[in-house]
Amino acid sequence: MDWIVEVSGVNKSFKDVHAVKSVDLSIKPGEFVALLGPNGAGKTTLVEMIEGLQLPDEGMIKIAGKSWKIHQTELHRLIGISLQETKFMERLTVFETIQLFASFYNLGTKRVIEIIEMVDLQEKKKAYVNNLSGGQRQRLAVGIALLNKPLILLLDEPTTGLDPSARRGIWTLLKNLKNEKETSLILTTHYMDEAEFLCDRIIIMDQGSILADNTLEKLLQKYNQARNLDELFINMTGRHLYD
Amino acid sequence: MNSIFKNQLYRLIIAHIKEILREPAVLFWGIGFPILMAWGLGIAFSTKKEMSREIAIIQQNGTNSIQKSVLSDIIGHYPEKQKGDFYLPLKNQKIGDIHLFFHECSRNEAEILLKKGTVSLIIEGINNKMVYSFDPANAEAQLLYELVKGVVYNGPGYYSSHQDEIKPLTVSGTRYIDFLIPGLIAMGIMMSSSWGISYTLIDRRSKKLLRRMVATPMKKSNLLIALITARFLMNVIEALVLFFFAWLYFGIHIQGSIPALIILFIAGNIAFAGISVLLSSHTSNPEIGNGLINAMVTPMMVVSGIFFSYQHFPEWTIPIIRNLPLTMLADGIRSIFNEGAGIMQIWKEIFVLSATGVVTFIVGLRIFKWY
Repeated sequence: MDWIVEVSGVNKSFKDVHAVKSVDLSIKPGEFVALLGPNGAGKTTLVEMIEGLQLPDEGMIKIAGKSWKIHQTELHRLIGISLQETKFMERLTVFETIQLFASFYNLGTKRVIEIIEMVDLQEKKKAYVNNLSGGQRQRLAVGIALLNKPLILLLDEPTTGLDPSARRGIWTLLKNLKNEKETSLILTTHYMDEAEFLCDRIIIMDQGSILADNTLEKLLQKYNQARNLDELFINMTGRHLYD
Repeated sequence: MNSIFKNQLYRLIIAHIKEILREPAVLFWGIGFPILMAWGLGIAFSTKKEMSREIAIIQQNGTNSIQKSVLSDIIGHYPEKQKGDFYLPLKNQKIGDIHLFFHECSRNEAEILLKKGTVSLIIEGINNKMVYSFDPANAEAQLLYELVKGVVYNGPGYYSSHQDEIKPLTVSGTRYIDFLIPGLIAMGIMMSSSWGISYTLIDRRSKKLLRRMVATPMKKSNLLIALITARFLMNVIEALVLFFFAWLYFGIHIQGSIPALIILFIAGNIAFAGISVLLSSHTSNPEIGNGLINAMVTPMMVVSGIFFSYQHFPEWTIPIIRNLPLTMLADGIRSIFNEGAGIMQIWKEIFVLSATGVVTFIVGLRIFKWY
């Protein structure tokens, strides 16, 4: 099997904190994976290493068979990311913002228009970014992440703080992407329903280690018939998932 | 042609220029405020053909002090009061008239007028003698004392005497506004670069936008080059607008070499661009960034000879002040504007400013935190 993401024996520490402990993880092409865990579980550090922002102290991370140390420029073309609460340049319009990021991938106006249609921001094309609602900003962020038709999409809490309608808009967008089967997704989220709705697999982390990695159904069955992910986490650790 | 529009450096420069032009505060602080400052200070400190000066005369208890003073004879020739004060006009065709207003008041009132800056000289008759009180460190007060003393001892004709000995000099570049405008241009470069480059980078780091951008194939150097280029273009516009205003309203001229001015202008921009990158290399806290930038710009704004000559500072500080980047830039621009300087006269400033910019940029880039 050619994995799109391979994480093998990865360790990462910051001063006295062992943030990621011997993590192994593999993601198939087109697979959607949710990364769940309480604050301080090591999710952000793991995702930053997959993004190439941090290098592991030990172990190996490969994206499409390539490593960050050697193939940095190439890998930047293969991934798309959307960080929580990223703020773009406030006085550029939606069109100009997407056009700016498109230039980083040497893409032209045609792709910009496609993205605007994909994220349903046609009416806001000429609006300044600082005049967009929260949901519209998130759609913009996801749209920019999809500019280069990434093999791997990394979304950090894409619907946190959004109203239900805006959340559903993002979910629809991601579901459509899933149906195309061309992009793998690593999603960090606090919303269990989001993980359940969108993802093929759930990975639960705590204190730097992966506690569980399977489909939702199998996880719930395995851990004493938990009804949801929070109950599952309580069964595993004795604590709530979002303590 | 199509490819240039997709080019990331081109797009980054355009994006930054649009951001600047769409920010109303930038247009005010960058263009409007320097013009207002130049106009206000230029008018306030311009030498006028006719001047008015107020002098406080302290009343003795129960007496009309002006009647008892030596001035009374003089004032007697001009019995009309103006605005309630005794008025003495001193005429001089060649150097302009001075209108003296003697304001009778109590000691308390005189001190209040002194503190407000309304008067700089207080006269009191003590034991039949005129006693003059003023701040000896205040050059204008000193001159006023000499003038009034001269009038007291020699009569009002003293001021208009010896006209044939006076030959007014009208040397271009000696007015306060001629001193001020080059300083404002230099200060504009510093402020625009510091806030426009440093603060922007810190702000973007705090908003994770830098991190978002470096997760793409964007070349990191392109981002910095674009930011510096956009700021440079704005600095050119701001300097040109300020100069044209000063040229139209105050008749400012550039006496020296324009190519030297352009090269020095570029060197100044390089210096402050590099310093700005270094200053913004680490923190992602806009409040700390604010503090760092203010810590750099405020002292230089005060001591670098922008609004007044730095020769007023203690002698031991002069070598330090003279070598500050803003001082070098202001002095260089001033020498081109007012002294007719060319490249040979300001090569040192050009070299030091450029080197400062390059070194600080390289160091800044090495330690730069992109996220």
